[in-house]
Amino acid sequence: MSNPKPKFVGRSVARLEDRPLLLGQGRFAADVSFSGQWHMRVVRSPVAHGKLQGIDAAAALALPGVHAVWTHQDVAHIPPIPFRLTGLVELEPYRQPILAKDYVRYVGEPVAVVFATDPYIAEDAADLIELDIEPLAPVLAASGATGPFDAERATEPSIIRKSYGDVDAAFKAAHAVVALALSTGRHSGVPMETRGAVAHYDEARDILEMHGAAKVPWWNRDHIARMIGRTRTNMHLLEGHVGGGFGIRGEIYPEDVLVCAAALAFGKPIKWVEDRREHLIAANHSRQQQHRIRAAIDAEGRILAIDDEFFHDNGAYMRTHAATVPDLAAAMLPGPYRVPAYRVAGHIRLTNKTPCGTYRAPGRYESTFVRERLLDAVAAKVGVDGVEIRRRNLIATSEMPYDLHLETLGTHIVYDSGDYALLLDKTLACAGWPALQADLKKRRAAGEKVGAGVAMFVEKSGLGPSDTVRVEIRKDGKVEVITGVASIGQGVETAMAQIAADALGVDYTAIDVVHGRTDRIDQGAGAFASRVTVMCGEATRLASTKLRDKVLRLAAELMQTDASALDIVNGEIVSRDSTGPSMTLAELAQAPPGDLSAEDTFLSSHMVYPYGVHVAAVKIDSDTGAVAIERYVIGYDIGKAVNPRLVESQIAGGLAQGLGGALLEEFVYDDHGEPLSVTFADYLMPTSREVPDISILITEDAPSPLNPMGLKGAGEGGANPVGAAIASAIDDALQRPGAITDLPITPQRMKAICRQN
Amino acid sequence: MKPAPFVRHVPRTLQQALAMLSQLAGQDGRILAGGQSLVPIMAFRLAKPAHLIDINEVEGLDRLDSDGKALTIGARVRHAAFHGPVVDNPLAALLTYVARHIAHYPIRMRGTFCGSLAHADPASEWCLTTATLGATMIARSTRGTREIAAKDFFDGIMSTALAEDELLAEVRLPLLAADAKFGFNEFSRRAGDFAMASSLVAYRVVDSKIAEARVGVGGAEPSPRRIAEAEAALNGQPPGDAAFRAAALAASDAVDPLEDHQTNAEYRRDLVRVVVRRALEHSLQ
Repeated sequence: MSNPKPKFVGRSVARLEDRPLLLGQGRFAADVSFSGQWHMRVVRSPVAHGKLQGIDAAAALALPGVHAVWTHQDVAHIPPIPFRLTGLVELEPYRQPILAKDYVRYVGEPVAVVFATDPYIAEDAADLIELDIEPLAPVLAASGATGPFDAERATEPSIIRKSYGDVDAAFKAAHAVVALALSTGRHSGVPMETRGAVAHYDEARDILEMHGAAKVPWWNRDHIARMIGRTRTNMHLLEGHVGGGFGIRGEIYPEDVLVCAAALAFGKPIKWVEDRREHLIAANHSRQQQHRIRAAIDAEGRILAIDDEFFHDNGAYMRTHAATVPDLAAAMLPGPYRVPAYRVAGHIRLTNKTPCGTYRAPGRYESTFVRERLLDAVAAKVGVDGVEIRRRNLIATSEMPYDLHLETLGTHIVYDSGDYALLLDKTLACAGWPALQADLKKRRAAGEKVGAGVAMFVEKSGLGPSDTVRVEIRKDGKVEVITGVASIGQGVETAMAQIAADALGVDYTAIDVVHGRTDRIDQGAGAFASRVTVMCGEATRLASTKLRDKVLRLAAELMQTDASALDIVNGEIVSRDSTGPSMTLAELAQAPPGDLSAEDTFLSSHMVYPYGVHVAAVKIDSDTGAVAIERYVIGYDIGKAVNPRLVESQIAGGLAQGLGGALLEEFVYDDHGEPLSVTFADYLMPTSREVPDISILITEDAPSPLNPMGLKGAGEGGANPVGAAIASAIDDALQRPGAITDLPITPQRMKAICRQN
Repeated sequence: MKPAPFVRHVPRTLQQALAMLSQLAGQDGRILAGGQSLVPIMAFRLAKPAHLIDINEVEGLDRLDSDGKALTIGARVRHAAFHGPVVDNPLAALLTYVARHIAHYPIRMRGTFCGSLAHADPASEWCLTTATLGATMIARSTRGTREIAAKDFFDGIMSTALAEDELLAEVRLPLLAADAKFGFNEFSRRAGDFAMASSLVAYRVVDSKIAEARVGVGGAEPSPRRIAEAEAALNGQPPGDAAFRAAALAASDAVDPLEDHQTNAEYRRDLVRVVVRRALEHSLQ
């Protein structure tokens, strides 16, 4: 049956989500309140490492308005937080308890919680709790010799090893070897909305609800329920508006479990809203890696093998992501290039710092920086430019699908489709590359420190294994698409409505997309790994198509005609030859049998792989060390853009975050493990003044063969290679290949590099 | 980030305000004006004043006028008051230019000139301005009125010569000569951040030579101050690259740089040289 018109997929239609947000009617975690609620305040460790000898809460408990104080012994029956992804068995002893037991391991670790009538009193009381902690020497370096982390644990719980091909033979036969030592700085996603959780127990229905969920409500429901002795059927997680996810928001943290356990224990609604200082020391950090990488090359600079060893600073515990970030860094390092032999050893290291998790393009921001620095070094070694060396090494279209012979996230990595050379050409054309080069050369000759760089990458998206969607036409003719995904601000409602609208034959504004509610659909994988548009999008199309068939069959009976003679146009069932009677979806929904719903599931065992090119042009102020970005061009092939404007927004937001990690954002610690970046005056997010205008080129040259619409995810390509592209541009500006080895490139570090000139 | 408990008092007259301050200063009472520094510090509980004396309703503290010799700036005058010219003198353009570098627009709408001085952040643009131009601070208390020269007022990081019962009621900023030139430059990692180094310069040109040079440096030491060595390098020289470079070098040699986690002494000293030279170059534009 042919698809009805008009088409919404592929058009930049306006977002359905915006009206309440623009009217100030959004409902974020802190907007949720219940009468009689208690406020929870977390008492956090003030030292990086120490033995917890005692906690004196007497003064806090004596404060009027304080209801209770919990320490570890009150929650000793609750197990540590489980792993959601890449949960290697050997990492299990490193899971985080919801309140510190015997030892504290980072500044910010929850040690106790206060419950009080209002958040002011709760904070007053928290200040009165006396912690008796015997300080111990902190572990702050993630490289170097391994040793004990504390009495029971070692600093290196595991090493991620991956390889294929004969690396040693390739290095023996190499024309030359290029070796680099590189690092990326500790930073993370910092959403506008801090975390929050409000738990409410309804005695009458025996239902425990937690508001403030995000990202993965179903998995979190199942596991919080298990931790506190409930079942998935008498517990619900509910997502409101979410002020940014970026990988860090929506995982199970100690606070989520504590509000749920307390709501049950006290029979009172429990509300916790994180403050910004807490957020910067308690929510997941990310990105801190040191790499030692070598490439074996032939005389033309073709890569024969890559050998990488890296040290991943995971902070004090293994949280829900377990080994995900180092595993992705290791698995995705080869990128768009033909690497005949590859070997990587990723050392997971514990330090007395905030624990880490995924952050937009996890592991790839790091390993793209490393790989692209390596490509630039190879170019310098053989005396060609950065574009030419990439052309020589790119995987050809004729090699697709390309089996990387590596696995990650339980999937085998096979690049499904791509024309990497074509996108490089298109992006360079968009940047006006030859003219840009000529102009930069002229300006350098006049004494300016200006330069341009290119970075390429392959992203991954559409992680399965499955997504289920139910589509219903209500009695009023409105269509409801009930999904198992989450909205962290990326435009899920709009994109899913566009897909359903085209499949059904209704206007996209007539569709309500339900997400993030465990009470509306029993299963859901959530929103992460750029999976939603691919997995939920195809499930939405399947279920909507099934429903369309059902609608036409039922309508045909009522209209005494053949289903194949009918069509749905703008919510109305009409005959294809435009004669005879018509019927609205509402009329059909009100007629017996009335059940206008359909459900379908999309299964996928492989991820899909979008790819991109970033071009940066920078100017260095060699007096101050400041780096200004003069031009930024991004080419990204995502197979099929459901809503190009939403894709551009994703890319622009990602770029801002990538830029933060390249130039500004860094969680710095002093020699005692005291965090120094605990406010927005010290942890520098890029603002509209620091983010340049960008040119975005979205291409659809390589639709995925793994789903009928050809979709690939678009969430992470804006961030992935930014550090790499800027580093390359700075090298060019200084005319010093390999000048940049470490991120972020702060003015002080840049000035020190300039002094070496 | 909820402040500790405090009592807010709202005097209507200066006499009431001073009486309250006299009574409450010993009980950890503080003046609240624009609150753009104090309130965040209270939210972090780095300051826990038991009493806040909110002077936003006090009559007469919004003075902003000139007697032909000096501009008088009252305790309630906001940064945003300087978005446009406030007096018919080159000082007006200087203040307008400097004001644009203070934090961000919403902060300038609320924060006050005198509050900035009383807070005495080393990187404050107004602290630099008053130190460079030789302002006089008018401190009032129930004990009387005290005039304090800018060079005696700043006393280290977030510390001033004000007694705990004194209110910085007004500042008198001397007008510039009609032919005065000025220049300003600061460096921060992002637009609107605290300056890692800043410089304000002012001078006259007499017989094609620099005269009455004032070179102030902020953000580099615990308090902003004039750098005599840099001024000596300018006075008597023709304005231009050679004198400017010499003055910049003299200033960077003269400072004892603050260090923090993103700025070591060597880098800060480099920045002082850059901002002084750029401020001087700005004076010719």
